[in-house]
Amino acid sequence: MNETLTKLTLQNGLLVLLKEIHTSPIISQWIWYRVGSRDEVAGLTGASHWVEHMMFKGTMQYPSGVLDQMISREGGYWNAFTFLDWTSFFESLPADKIDIALRLEADRMFNSLFDDHELSSERNVVISERQGSENEPLFRLSEEVQSAAFRVHPYHHEIIGDLTDLYSMQCEDIYRHYRTFYIPNNAVLSLAGDFETKSMLDRIRELYEPLPAGPQPARLERTEPPQAGERRVSVEGPGETVYLQVSYRAPRADDQDFFVLNVLASLLTGPTNLNMFGGGTTNKTSRLYKALVENELAVSVNGGVQATIDPYLYTIVVMVHPRHTASDCIAVMEDEIKRLQDAPPPIEELERAMKQARAIFAYGSESISNQAFWLGYSEMFATIDWFNLYLERLAVVTPADVQRVAQSYLRPQNRTLGVYLPNETPNNK
Amino acid sequence: MNSHSLPGPDSITRRILPNGITVLVRPNAGSLSVVISGYLNAGAISDPDVKLGLAGYTAMAVMRGTTQRDFQQIYEALESNGASLGIDGGTHSTGFYGHALAEDLDLLTKTLAEALLQPVFPLEQVERLRNQLLAGLAIRAQDTAEVASLTFDELVYAEHPYRRPEDGYPETIRAITRDDLVSFHEKYYGPTGMVISIVGGVDPERACDTVTRFLGDWKNPSQPVPPGLPSIKPLGEIVTRRINIPGKSEADIVMGVAGPPRKSPDFLTASLGNNILGQFGMYGRIGESVRERSGLAYHASSSLSGGIGPGPWLFLAGVSPSNIDKAITLIRQEIVRFVTEPVTSEELTDSQSNYIGRLPLSLESNAGVAGALLNLERYELGLDYYLRYPDLIHAITPAEILDTAQRYLNPDRLAIATAGTFEESK
Repeated sequence: MNETLTKLTLQNGLLVLLKEIHTSPIISQWIWYRVGSRDEVAGLTGASHWVEHMMFKGTMQYPSGVLDQMISREGGYWNAFTFLDWTSFFESLPADKIDIALRLEADRMFNSLFDDHELSSERNVVISERQGSENEPLFRLSEEVQSAAFRVHPYHHEIIGDLTDLYSMQCEDIYRHYRTFYIPNNAVLSLAGDFETKSMLDRIRELYEPLPAGPQPARLERTEPPQAGERRVSVEGPGETVYLQVSYRAPRADDQDFFVLNVLASLLTGPTNLNMFGGGTTNKTSRLYKALVENELAVSVNGGVQATIDPYLYTIVVMVHPRHTASDCIAVMEDEIKRLQDAPPPIEELERAMKQARAIFAYGSESISNQAFWLGYSEMFATIDWFNLYLERLAVVTPADVQRVAQSYLRPQNRTLGVYLPNETPNNK
Repeated sequence: MNSHSLPGPDSITRRILPNGITVLVRPNAGSLSVVISGYLNAGAISDPDVKLGLAGYTAMAVMRGTTQRDFQQIYEALESNGASLGIDGGTHSTGFYGHALAEDLDLLTKTLAEALLQPVFPLEQVERLRNQLLAGLAIRAQDTAEVASLTFDELVYAEHPYRRPEDGYPETIRAITRDDLVSFHEKYYGPTGMVISIVGGVDPERACDTVTRFLGDWKNPSQPVPPGLPSIKPLGEIVTRRINIPGKSEADIVMGVAGPPRKSPDFLTASLGNNILGQFGMYGRIGESVRERSGLAYHASSSLSGGIGPGPWLFLAGVSPSNIDKAITLIRQEIVRFVTEPVTSEELTDSQSNYIGRLPLSLESNAGVAGALLNLERYELGLDYYLRYPDLIHAITPAEILDTAQRYLNPDRLAIATAGTFEESK
């Protein structure tokens, strides 16, 4: 397999990462902007996600509908994601059609139309998206836990934004957000697939280098103070199922403890899958599955760590067994965590976690789109080296590291605990 | 091998084992991993009404312990190697899907064979699974899209097996005993009609040998022929049903009719037409009308299922309860237009180009290719189908789409199911 990686910065500050992969006649382009829900102040929550929607409403050159038509008729697919720290847009196309995507993203970085009528119509679409999420008990629980876990840091609010802001934000608010953050020196362009680096780079320079740099936007910095004690929230709503969410404050992605926590999470709740496209594995032999599901205190348990710029959360979600309570599950979970705090895990468990991580990487590398995703994703909270060294940094984790991180992070004082209580059943305490 | 080529007779190895199992293999030399995927002739179509969900329950239970290993030992072997394997019941068949590092193909195949041939259905595991299934059904009862979809099936498939949800109801899951699982497995699990596709960094001969080694001796003389399907009674008018689920912010609409089976000569034409109607770009004409122009929904589209029998031709939207009637009206307007005017040549060209152009992307992963190989076999499309595919798509005309649409869709004969909060409970 011939794979070469190129990383350079254009004169206007646009960071470009290219990886040649000649296994399929496909190219995937991703453009990443350093803006996400953590850049929104109260009153403007959801602005980043709304801007993402507006980016599909066309430009003068490529009016609404034309963009869709151009990508779709070539058999490509495209989409976008808004996260806590970043917003990204991607197009995966047959290799000989990638120029469409290059022209499109260069154009809409500056020229997206923010038409009043379109904005107003999209307000309803975003509200509908939020209401669809509100139908889900786990969304409602997660939103409450997240906001309780962060009192100060803007990780406090849900990415889609609060309903009141979705009603009150004005066109100029959304447009200002776009104009502030969508500039080449605040963006990363990543491409992987069936191209020659030199000619691809020439074309990128031709299209992107004329775009003017702007004032570097400041990220919203509001450091979350240390947590002084456990926080608890509850949410009531329809249904029969009790859910428990336990979120521990976790290290930022570029901290070596993040890698230790990943190994720990692999032992406790199963391996984390960082692929956007590509499979993971089940978690039926994880310690919490055995303790909770095999002992019939829970119907399912899952957990995961997010890679973020600032410390975020290691979240465990439990679907509580109808004959048990959330408190029963918490007690058993604490016992399992205490085992990790009291003694380092056997080295075999760490070796197992490593093989799982290697397999998940292999699944992810099958997809060109996923490979292009990885290039830019890691630049959003660290650098491409974070990704290149990921397996190596996992491999140096020792049993003693796991014990130390269990002791320092998985303390009750460091967590927010939320319970979803169905309001239809009497035995739901 | 030219890695850029689409799967075809030159790159697919197809072998029928003496016991009836069809093996399809396509190597992907650059891949570090392998996918194994397939199905056998055991589906919910054979479930008694009072034990609906039996096929699905059995499929989940076979991984819960075998004559050789218990549940934890099975999963320990898989998960320690980063591998996964799942077995699920469907309407007509029981499917399986697993992936692993290429070096672990034997592990995957051995585990699959053990689960299919030698399950022991430990009582404790059976009860644990029952609770998990019941929890799933409790969640389903709260899911507006799922409830609307179940309701739609009851309206369209009133006298047909497709009216029944393959995962059953709480009372039917409670009625299933361990003996039922054992009997279902004994009767329906067998090699006749079983298909396995293997795609990834493996040699085709080695892959075929592996399947032969672990599954080649399997026999089940009592395996019945899969049951046929009765014909569908077409709807004579618009039938609607509204299900109230308290406490929901958004409502779901599921409307439509029974569509053509995958093997029907109408299918590809209907599918391409449907792409124009509710898929192309951001959900075709329906997305343009309901989402883009009216801003009523985050999601509005149409879909055509195909499948062994007359799967549904669906029109879907998630909207605020107050906008349900508006959204239904807009969708019906698009159906009226679709059955009265031919699609434009530009729309047809766009969708033809989309269907042909997306093949390489849909086939870039081992999982994508494995699924494609199964479709070739299940629907008897021929190993050269993907090579013929561009010609098949190019041959479809606006007149054929209109004719096909008129034979399946009538805006005055639709089932319309909605689920959401229409009245708050006291």
